[in-house]
Amino acid sequence: MELTGAQILFESLKKEGVDAVFGFPGGAVIDIYDEMPRHPEIRHYLVRHEQGAIHAADGYARATGKVGVCLVTSGPGATNTVTGIANAYMDSIPVVIFTGQVPSPLIGNDAFQEVDIVGITRPCTKHNYLVKDVTRLAGVIKEAFYLARTGRPGPVLVDLPKDVIQARAEFKYPRQVRMRSYNPTLTPNAKQVARALEAICQADRPLFYVGGGVVSSDSHRELTWLAKKLNVPVTATLMGLGSFPGHEPLWLGMLGMHGTYAANRAVQECDLLIAVGARFDDRVTGKLATFAPNAKVIHIDVDPTSIRKNVRVDVPIVADCRETLVALKAQVEAASDPKGLCRARKDWTATLKTWKIDHPLTYNGGDSGEIKPQAVVETIYELTKGEAIISTEVGQNQMWAAQFYNYHKPRTLLTSGGLGTMGYGFPAAIGAQVAFPDKLVIDVAGDGSIQMCIQEMATAMCYDLPVKIVILNNGYLGMVRQWQELFYKKNYCATCMDWAPDFVKLAQAYGAEGYRVTDPAQVKPVLKQAFGNGKLTIVDVVVSQEENVYPMVPAGASLHEMLLV
Amino acid sequence: MRHVLSVLVENEPGVLSRIAGLFSGRGYNIETLNVGPTLDREVSLMTIATSAPEVVIEQIIKQLRKLVTVIKVVDMNDHVAVEREMMLAKVGAEGDKRAEILRIVDIFRCKVVDVSPDELTIEATGDRGKLDAIVALLQRFGIKEIARTGAVAMKRSMQ
Repeated sequence: MELTGAQILFESLKKEGVDAVFGFPGGAVIDIYDEMPRHPEIRHYLVRHEQGAIHAADGYARATGKVGVCLVTSGPGATNTVTGIANAYMDSIPVVIFTGQVPSPLIGNDAFQEVDIVGITRPCTKHNYLVKDVTRLAGVIKEAFYLARTGRPGPVLVDLPKDVIQARAEFKYPRQVRMRSYNPTLTPNAKQVARALEAICQADRPLFYVGGGVVSSDSHRELTWLAKKLNVPVTATLMGLGSFPGHEPLWLGMLGMHGTYAANRAVQECDLLIAVGARFDDRVTGKLATFAPNAKVIHIDVDPTSIRKNVRVDVPIVADCRETLVALKAQVEAASDPKGLCRARKDWTATLKTWKIDHPLTYNGGDSGEIKPQAVVETIYELTKGEAIISTEVGQNQMWAAQFYNYHKPRTLLTSGGLGTMGYGFPAAIGAQVAFPDKLVIDVAGDGSIQMCIQEMATAMCYDLPVKIVILNNGYLGMVRQWQELFYKKNYCATCMDWAPDFVKLAQAYGAEGYRVTDPAQVKPVLKQAFGNGKLTIVDVVVSQEENVYPMVPAGASLHEMLLV
Repeated sequence: MRHVLSVLVENEPGVLSRIAGLFSGRGYNIETLNVGPTLDREVSLMTIATSAPEVVIEQIIKQLRKLVTVIKVVDMNDHVAVEREMMLAKVGAEGDKRAEILRIVDIFRCKVVDVSPDELTIEATGDRGKLDAIVALLQRFGIKEIARTGAVAMKRSMQ
């Protein structure tokens, strides 16, 4: 039987197991929306801005490990998703974006709501398609999902001209994808794995440096097993938080610009750095010339372009992180010299322990009566015991949420790592709450960032998504203000948020709950009440205004040149 | 260092802009780039000449391979290869200049493909060095127009 393009789209989504689509209708996709009520197994979440749709799909993908799906119309609908697409691309998040397009005969004629979205998103998608023929539609959708979730995951965009959506074709969903030009290497080279193990065996001061690849390949169990078995301490990037339990003795905390003293010193002093699913980003390495100066480097990454892009690598392993760690585990178990591999390395662990004790993450608690933002994050951890899904906006709130909350499990921190997208956290939290209606989902926000996608309050209300927004309200674009303070002679140009809405009243205006906290003693009881009320809630915590994120490695400095509290 | 890359791509709309966009977006340099069909109608061959330090060349090749529409990338610098480029040059050829230009055409085994009372259009084929030499020699007669294809390359059978 022949189906319309719109019907083919829904049948294909069902074949891919899609249960949630975040979208916003328009003229170019009206036929898809016309078809939608006949497919109740696919729930559509109507956002209030397309940026909300793409971030929600991204948050859904990060929280579940599945592919997030976003559907928008042509022109402005499509361009409004570009920030979110770039965000997903930088963090390697699997998302498929369907954009409407003007009818094929009008393409190129500057038609109403026409834009070359395939051209615009070429540099920020893993791949993208303009479907010109309805008979190709099912095949393209199959490929799009396959590309999005395999190899190094990423966003894939499918542009759908209106006439293609209206045209009819026989529906036949391909069973397999065969692309001669796309064959990611997933299995590690056994010799390289053996070389890696030999290097670990010889190392006196080894260190795991793990990133988002461990999360996306679901290899946290293997990582934890190996680290414990081999007595190798672990540090993670922002994207890697949660891939090693935050309460384990071998855990050093995050590394990089706002990394812990112990993690950054460990990088500088280690003799073997085992990078797993991490890409040596500039926020991690600081000055490249002096990064991990004494270390041999093992680099495991599914994307060959990550390897040797920034640093020299002694043992490159191009493969899926999980398959590599499984292979390493097998070789450890079969090793003829388990003692050499698994020796205690007492000097190294003792040194690290000293660093952790002497320079823990800290802040001046003070007795000024002000609320310290770090204390708020600590309280969130205390109340949730690491069981919540935390999303963050971008800036100081994000770094405090990374530093002062102990992530025990992967996929419990949703944060814009690579692109640093203000406005990400709240819609991402919506996506996560859609996936896990019964879990506590908390967006740690700043008063600046939250205003970038605040309109999604309506979305959360509409679908009864009880996300908690905790605003660390310091009246500033705090991270830029911190830079201005430290490196620009306190020239606080354009970082004071002179005028902000009354967030409590704003919450109420949307029909949500709103609380304001100004007294340190009230932080815990109010958060407790908010987390238990079962409703969409804003907690506006008025925190000390000029608090800074420490430690801090100034941009371009070496990791050991940290500014401490 | 200069590298010549042979890039097999899916013959589909937008593939050139994917490649060109990769170079411009990442700040790589394209010296010459040309595209043509292969025996397989679904596949095109791009020949890209680019200059960069070796570490950057390695990234360029890896980034090209990462594009979903790229089937194969061969670095011709890793092989013994034949490299050729074609050029058309329109040269001022009034009066007694003409004989000397024709001598140069003869020495370099070029062809005159168009003539007018005061101009000669010359077709030349060769590697980059040869074409540069011809340009240098013809310049004093006044080159009015020039069109070069950029390099195409092929591995020699006997490596």
